[in-house]
Amino acid sequence: MIEVKDVHFAYPTGVKALRGVSLTIHDGDFIAIMGQNGAGKTTLVKHLNGLLKPTEGEVIVDKVKTKETSVAKLARKVGFVFQNPDHQLFCETVEEEVAFALKNFGFKEKATKKRVSWALNLLDLEGYRQTSPFMLSGGERKRVALASVLAWDPKYVILDEPTIGQDYQQKEKLRQFIIQLNAQEKTVIIVTHDVEFVAECNPRVVLMTDGKIVADGEAQKILTNEKLVAQASIVPPQITQIFLGLADLGLPTDIIDVHEAREVLITRLEATS
Amino acid sequence: MADKTLPIIETQELTYTYPGGTKPSLKDVSMTIERGEFVILTGPSGCGKTTLCRCFNGLIPHFYTGKFDGDATVAKLKVNQSSIHELAQHVGLVFQNPENQLFALSVEKDVAFGLENLGVPRDEIRKRVDWALQITGIEELRERPPHELSGGQQQRVAIACVLAMQPDVMVLDEPTSFLDPVGAQKIFDVINQLNKDLGITIILVEHRLDLASQYANHVIVMNEGKIILDGSPREVFTSEGARLIGIGIPKATRLYQLLGENGVHLNEIPVTSQEAANLLKEALQT
Repeated sequence: MIEVKDVHFAYPTGVKALRGVSLTIHDGDFIAIMGQNGAGKTTLVKHLNGLLKPTEGEVIVDKVKTKETSVAKLARKVGFVFQNPDHQLFCETVEEEVAFALKNFGFKEKATKKRVSWALNLLDLEGYRQTSPFMLSGGERKRVALASVLAWDPKYVILDEPTIGQDYQQKEKLRQFIIQLNAQEKTVIIVTHDVEFVAECNPRVVLMTDGKIVADGEAQKILTNEKLVAQASIVPPQITQIFLGLADLGLPTDIIDVHEAREVLITRLEATS
Repeated sequence: MADKTLPIIETQELTYTYPGGTKPSLKDVSMTIERGEFVILTGPSGCGKTTLCRCFNGLIPHFYTGKFDGDATVAKLKVNQSSIHELAQHVGLVFQNPENQLFALSVEKDVAFGLENLGVPRDEIRKRVDWALQITGIEELRERPPHELSGGQQQRVAIACVLAMQPDVMVLDEPTSFLDPVGAQKIFDVINQLNKDLGITIILVEHRLDLASQYANHVIVMNEGKIILDGSPREVFTSEGARLIGIGIPKATRLYQLLGENGVHLNEIPVTSQEAANLLKEALQT
């Protein structure tokens, strides 16, 4: 469990990025942190692995205060995949990149090999084993960064904007993959603007505005609340927008999924014909 | 002018391999983009979209070198026979990652940089910088160092840099990836305005078709270095090819298809939620 208790954080420049954030993340949660640019989403998740320490308040990861431990120790538990893969990648080949942290964590050579293969295979990178990460496209580099973190199997996985630069099929894979991780009791926290992706995943949504949490609940409830969504500079999913446009006809407006949309419409059409 | 009728961009059997590459990243790419079009270029990651865009402003073959065969013509200039400097006056490129593009100590200086290089007079530079900052909504960031800005703010600066050059063609490689949806909407509206009001040809590389499709009149889909679909958004999104390679067609179009499977046929193919809502109203009220 990760507990965030009334955390305030100011950058050295004086910018107050968090203004009293409290949040409990239970083991096995799947959370999407959403909100406008500059709302403090990335600042918040950087507190979860101790990269940033609160100016006020505290963050407790499995009963350990982040202020009283090191990022190196927390990293084994809390894996963090950065928004920009170029901040994370530096090795000569994809294979070395994925193996790097494993070696640092003291995994034996055989185990390292096995985990590297597992991670490369999982993210469809097997063919790039010997390629330099910098020869790859933005979307591919992003997957290398993800593979390098998943390889050491952290208990908590934080993904900062995982869908940027990913095509539809990769997003679909990512979604299935997150659901699979989550089914194995992993706690997954994503920071994202990608409303359509969140609509397809239907996780717990934490909505942030101006360094504060303004809503916390099911995606279906939050993303279909026009007022909340506007406050956080996001837009409802396209399916919800369609149903908001049909509100006059007495159809429900809390629909985010295209298949559910079909069900509702077909039922209505059958009832009227 | 006679050249108005010529395509702004044309490639013929363009094949390109990066230095040290084992297979071509572009294979026999032939396509035409007319002046004033709003084009979405999409396809799976690694399919060659970014590589193709690099040919439009001469980064390929002049910067990346490698093996370049076939023809690419932009604003009547043969890409492999024209300098990057020359091409840059016609084609502005906004990179996928704004950090790779920004380097100056203030936003204002970054936006002015390209114009200074072209020798634009000082007053004109000031005017164009002001204009570009205003359109992208970052006037208040004018004095700030770009590297201290958020990803979304940086992307707006990168767009302002290209805007200020007032190019014939703007190539934007997933320009809204880092922006929140409302910010993305604003940028798409700006791009659309540049296209409709100033007639700038737009080439938008994009995966998130839900957001961008409403503006486009031409969609090109690539896969494994080749163009596999080329047509209007409605044609392309509902084609068998789009389904096979799995491009993320807009949910409004997807809903149309799903309803079709159930024998409910809407009168037209919707691309936006507004269109879908209107078509559904018709269907539900008759």
